[in-house]
Amino acid sequence: MSNGVLEVKAISGHTGPVPGRDASRDFAVAKLIDVTTCIGCKACEVACLEWNGYPFRETTFDNTYQTMPDTAWNYYNLIRFNEYVGDDGAFSWLMRKDQCMHCADPGCLRACPSDSAIVQYANGIVDFQQEFCIGCQYCVTGCPFNIPKFNPETKKVHKCTLCSDRVGAGLEPACIKACPTGCLHFGSKDDMTNLAGQRVAQLKEHTSHKNAGVYDPPGVGGTHVMYVLHDIDHPERYGGLPKDPQVPLLVRIWKGPLKWMGNLAMTAGIIGVLAHFVRYGPKDKHD
Amino acid sequence: MIERYTFHERVCHWMTALTYTYCFATGLALYTPHLFWIALALGGGPTSRFWHPVFGAAFVVCAIWMHGMWRGDMSMTDVDREWMKGLRDYIENRDDRVVAQGRFNAGQKEFYWIMYYGAALLLVSGVVMWFPEYMPIWLRAPMIVLHECAALVTIGGFIIHVYMGVFMVPGGLHAILTGSVTRGWAKAHHAIWYKAVTGDRE
Repeated sequence: MSNGVLEVKAISGHTGPVPGRDASRDFAVAKLIDVTTCIGCKACEVACLEWNGYPFRETTFDNTYQTMPDTAWNYYNLIRFNEYVGDDGAFSWLMRKDQCMHCADPGCLRACPSDSAIVQYANGIVDFQQEFCIGCQYCVTGCPFNIPKFNPETKKVHKCTLCSDRVGAGLEPACIKACPTGCLHFGSKDDMTNLAGQRVAQLKEHTSHKNAGVYDPPGVGGTHVMYVLHDIDHPERYGGLPKDPQVPLLVRIWKGPLKWMGNLAMTAGIIGVLAHFVRYGPKDKHD
Repeated sequence: MIERYTFHERVCHWMTALTYTYCFATGLALYTPHLFWIALALGGGPTSRFWHPVFGAAFVVCAIWMHGMWRGDMSMTDVDREWMKGLRDYIENRDDRVVAQGRFNAGQKEFYWIMYYGAALLLVSGVVMWFPEYMPIWLRAPMIVLHECAALVTIGGFIIHVYMGVFMVPGGLHAILTGSVTRGWAKAHHAIWYKAVTGDRE
């Protein structure tokens, strides 16, 4: 999706200059998940498997509506289910579609040592290139959402691609297409942010969810997958969504100061011994 | 000529050196993007990721082997502490002022212990990084940082060790390759050891 696609060129039945001509819109894409209208049908899970060509895998049953305990290398998308009883005794089923959040500051990409194994597109999609993946799983360490999953047979790590192949062809991701309630939306980040704001205002005005809000965590620079939550102060109720996700501090130290300090120290070591040789030379030979 | 290193000692040294150097090269490749080409030169990223921990384990085995062989020779003595006081004279090649040494001088011993404890830290952190899928997630980042810090310390020692053995002390590389040194070399660098092995009272 290029800037030009979203730029207005001509408008029918309109005299004079075209409004917005030459004005480019933000073409970053985003997925908006309105958890308040998710019914937990799992059509998105099936659509994800179908589009990505994975067979349906074994499920577990632990007296909930959740298909399995966690996402997997060949199961990118999982509806997390939680029975929640509020302070006032009100009972609710919380459903959250869990998948890669496509962070603007992706911890996986920061942590990855392999050239080209993780790419971030200008539209915000973070994608793994398995042919360059070396299987070290540093990305798992870097991710604050526990998303990348390792395939022990191929030694490659996989995760949700935000259907970069579909989006590149102008289509919406497979999960969006399958959703029957309209709880999933896809479009530009600006549009989705607006839509989320409208929905939150609606929830506050017409329902008892006075603390509704948009989940677009600034700790990772914002995400290209956003949630509308009933209660923005308690994201952890939705299957452990972190309240303030960050790229772990140790990962930032490891990939920041430790790199340049280490490089400097090694270079200084080599220069140091060279300088020693030039200044003092070898010791005497003793035959 | 005097035998300084037995065949057994030389094999052990070079096995340790070989396994360390492989880990050094592939480790640098994964350490910084500027050196990732090393991984490609050595067979590709996945190959390097596969063999690095295997060679690392072999390095630890060699280090234990070496420890059994040289542990006794490597303990610090009063002579070593005396030598350390004159370290500056040694570095600046004023060797007439340096006190007589046993089989290994204090610098060699320090290098030995840096590598020995470095290997232990690299092993503990390396096992976590070898099989991260079986390790708790909170343990992984600290172990990676520990692994890199320990590796950097050993690299510091390694640079100095190679420089001294190959360039700074003529005869050093020859000794560890062939096992033998001249009488003059032994007397100049390790006088106490020279007297012990030759019985020379001079």
